[in-house]
Amino acid sequence: MTTNALTSKSSTSGRMGDKIFSGAALAAGILILVTLFAVAVFLLIQALPTFFADPAEVSGGQGFFTYIWPIVVGTVIAAAIALLIATPVGLGVALFISHFAPRKVAGPLGYVIDLLAAIPSVIYGAWGYMVLAPTLVPGFEWLSKNLGFIPLFEGPASQTGKTMLTAGIVLAVMVLPIITSLSREIFLQTPKLHEEAALALGATRWEMIKTAVIPFARPGIISAVMLGLGRALGETMAVALVLSTGNLIPSLIKTGNQTIAAEIALNFPEAFGLRLSELIAAGLVLFLITLLVNIIARGIISRHKEFSGAN
Amino acid sequence: MAKRIDVNDLNVYYSKFLAVEGVSINIEPKSVTAFIGPSGCGKSTFLRTLNRMHEVIPGGRVEGQVLLDGDDLYGAGVDPVTVRSQIGMVFQRPNPFPTMSIKDNVLAGVKLNGTKISRSDADDLVEKSLRGANLWNEVKDRLDKPGSGLSGGQQQRLCIARTIAVKPDVILMDEPCSALDPISTLAIEDLINELKNDYTVVIVTHNMQQAARVSDKTAFFNIAGTGKPGKLIEFNETSAIFSNPEQKATEDYVSGRFG
Repeated sequence: MTTNALTSKSSTSGRMGDKIFSGAALAAGILILVTLFAVAVFLLIQALPTFFADPAEVSGGQGFFTYIWPIVVGTVIAAAIALLIATPVGLGVALFISHFAPRKVAGPLGYVIDLLAAIPSVIYGAWGYMVLAPTLVPGFEWLSKNLGFIPLFEGPASQTGKTMLTAGIVLAVMVLPIITSLSREIFLQTPKLHEEAALALGATRWEMIKTAVIPFARPGIISAVMLGLGRALGETMAVALVLSTGNLIPSLIKTGNQTIAAEIALNFPEAFGLRLSELIAAGLVLFLITLLVNIIARGIISRHKEFSGAN
Repeated sequence: MAKRIDVNDLNVYYSKFLAVEGVSINIEPKSVTAFIGPSGCGKSTFLRTLNRMHEVIPGGRVEGQVLLDGDDLYGAGVDPVTVRSQIGMVFQRPNPFPTMSIKDNVLAGVKLNGTKISRSDADDLVEKSLRGANLWNEVKDRLDKPGSGLSGGQQQRLCIARTIAVKPDVILMDEPCSALDPISTLAIEDLINELKNDYTVVIVTHNMQQAARVSDKTAFFNIAGTGKPGKLIEFNETSAIFSNPEQKATEDYVSGRFG
């Protein structure tokens, strides 16, 4: 019988390590999918009664759709305000830290921004409700007087300041550290080679950032904004504290509007039966919105794959 | 178009560390000058001072004068951005912008500083620059494809096309062939010979045969020991450096006795 010298007995321990590692990685991957699936199934089963209930019995008395769409719109508005403010500011701060600030300033500043992410949302809520809202009242009055012809700023302005715009600003502050620290990390990873290529062509610092840094960081920026959006959509406590809720209205500076997460948080403790099912259905809708947003973001990123530099 | 460079007693520092000491050199327009020397002798560092890329590194600074047709690059009120648009640079590793198409890569430098360029002018410039870099025939059918999809040698020629598209006076090359195979290297060397007709070319190379093949004049840099500054040992016609050097150290190096 001939023996093949290549069927060695050595390196079995190495093989073992390979097997353990790939097994562990696979298990972690499956665990995530199972968790996600379980959450989806839970939401779906618990929400089902709402969809089959008599429309008159659902809150508002006109069926689930009529109940849910104003708070869906409210959720999207709050998140949109937050991102509109936080994205430019966050990217600006990240660029300042990564490419403009002297090293002595950049380090501590980055640290402080990261700390912002560690503050519990109830603190942001309390700050928004006690400090920011009253401070903004004169601003809202100015908006209603001068830009009142735009439905978004239609008066009379809220006298407590507990409006959609205030909630959006509080959310922006909460989302800011996520966008800033993620995009800062990505900006710092820009290959020196590409930065120097731009500089050697006669680029100013800003042009270097435009030609080398931003295109390189683009997928990362989108991911950072999406993570921020995730937080803005799902944020509960701050909105619940800051926003004085009401029906859906176009004006951002009057009392009114509601978001899904705050609606659930405010009503959940006393809910039972159909009402509970309604709230869980609202959660399901939020889950679907987040899923949709992420799919769109993936699509945007992969559309530019050929030019990502990964090839 | 093709200017001369005169360096007077230049010291190059990284913060407090003196990396290159007391270099004086005169580089003629429309010539190829090669810098050779062992690793760490400061030839690349010195090259980067010729278009003020050295100061991009934190702590990088120089003392002395670098004159481009008599104008001091380091004079008061001189913007490094202006300097770099007149003195282009090709790097050791090909570095086309990965997110841009071949065409956009060529135009990257031209579109800086808010310069507007009409579509037909842009197409002409792209063709002219790519032809100038001997790349046109290979890429003319895929100008809209990403530059990072080209081979290493093609990418390096794309970088040269990008550099000549901004019509510099001088082109600096920092070991442009060290990451390339012999065929691509040959293509770049042929190109350097052609570039000489329009530009002043300065090339750093580790390959002494390459220096002998492409350059008119050669500068030999050496370092006395680690931690000591690099110095210009000898600067002469390439033929003289390789066949009849004046300094013992140059002879030892080019004959392969050390380094």
